[in-house]
Amino acid sequence: MMELKEHFLELIRQASTDLPPDVEKRLREAYEIEDEGTPAKAVFKTILEDVEMARENSTPICQDTGTVNYFIYLPDGEKQKPYIESGIWAAREATRKYYLRPNAVDPVSGKNSGDNTGKNAPYFHFTTWDKDYVEVKLLLKGGGSENVGIQYKLPDINLNAGRDMKGVKKCVIDAVFKAQGYGCAPGTISVGIGGDRTTSYMLAKKNLFRKIGSKNENPILDEMERELEEKLNAMGIGPMGFGGKTTVLDVFIDAQHRHPATFYVSVVYNCWAYRRKTMIIKNGEVSYES
Amino acid sequence: MKVKLNIPISEEEIRKLNVGDEVSLSGIMVTARDMAHKLMHEEKPDFIRKYLENGVIYHCGPVIKKEGDEYKFVAAGPTTSIREEPYESEVICEYKVRGVIGKGGMKERTMDGLKRCGAVYFHAVGGAGSLIASRVKRVIDVFKLEEFGTPEAFWVIEVEDFPVIVTMDSKGNSLHTEILEKSRKVYEELISE
Repeated sequence: MMELKEHFLELIRQASTDLPPDVEKRLREAYEIEDEGTPAKAVFKTILEDVEMARENSTPICQDTGTVNYFIYLPDGEKQKPYIESGIWAAREATRKYYLRPNAVDPVSGKNSGDNTGKNAPYFHFTTWDKDYVEVKLLLKGGGSENVGIQYKLPDINLNAGRDMKGVKKCVIDAVFKAQGYGCAPGTISVGIGGDRTTSYMLAKKNLFRKIGSKNENPILDEMERELEEKLNAMGIGPMGFGGKTTVLDVFIDAQHRHPATFYVSVVYNCWAYRRKTMIIKNGEVSYES
Repeated sequence: MKVKLNIPISEEEIRKLNVGDEVSLSGIMVTARDMAHKLMHEEKPDFIRKYLENGVIYHCGPVIKKEGDEYKFVAAGPTTSIREEPYESEVICEYKVRGVIGKGGMKERTMDGLKRCGAVYFHAVGGAGSLIASRVKRVIDVFKLEEFGTPEAFWVIEVEDFPVIVTMDSKGNSLHTEILEKSRKVYEELISE
């Protein structure tokens, strides 16, 4: 039987090399609708070939294998320590096996640790829940796309955006316009409304475990997602910023209660190489899903 | 237009290319990122000269595997080019470089170098690390590996059918500027609703 740490390694391998089927399907649809002979068509063709090749050869989809973020859900009373130890071991081992590039740099000394470990690297976020099984969710988040994320504080005078959903939409449109192709478009846009500066971004990050094309449980937000997807794509930025019909793959929005004095809108941009994977441990059995 | 080009490329051939052309590159090219550009700009070293004359620079920090004495490219997509904006124009003219591959495009200073010295900016597909690595046939040489580390070293590589798109040509056209202006019109309408 494989040890827990080896399952963590397999989780990283799958996330880095095997693009989730919902993302690949959406990219394929985007390829189909572009006109022949356009740079956009050529980009999607290359992307799809890369995705197939990475899966077949078990090599990273992108050489920027991102930051390693674990979101771990544990039943009441279960200890965190074995998961932390396994998660760190797996990050080191995955670097050695070339599933990950060494991406942890000490900002003070400028030194790269060489194995993706360090303070908050890999990053762990634990939640206790009342279910009887464990879920380990992994997000490998590329640096270029992280750079184009923005947090807004409403009201925003420059955008003429007020403290309402109309104001929120303006923030999202502004963020995607400013990102152009730099975040490796087409991106998946995740928006966190409310909370404080930290929880606002966190809400958006956690929502990246939704599947492309999934419905929002809140009908108002669901309608906003559809409307924004259409408007963002109408900007015509296209894959890599070359122009085209698909600028974003999907838009996810979540909201949480805010302090009366604050109104944050956090926009997280995930590159087309949307690397997420979930491991479920139930009755000693381990399974993986995207 | 779809074009196959072999490196070294003549200035005449490069000046024929237009924004939007899909190019398949074969031959020898050199990876260079921030430290390599700073060095080429400040010290103009000669060790890399023979590979750059009528050659191509690739903005890339690869994932590399060492098998015995041989290096193998595992994942090698492009990195963001704009960081080299302070150096690129001078590097192109000093070394007679005909093409620069990267992602995100570059600005006026580089455009001036492309026009003046006869070169283009090729855009590779960001994120396509596995596919591009498979087009790297062999590593011919490496410079400054110890000093700069793996991602920043000069890797001299032989490639075959490396897929790129011309997004800045030697005539002053830039796809990046064009799309920015087009999308700005829609953006301004949407934001004023």
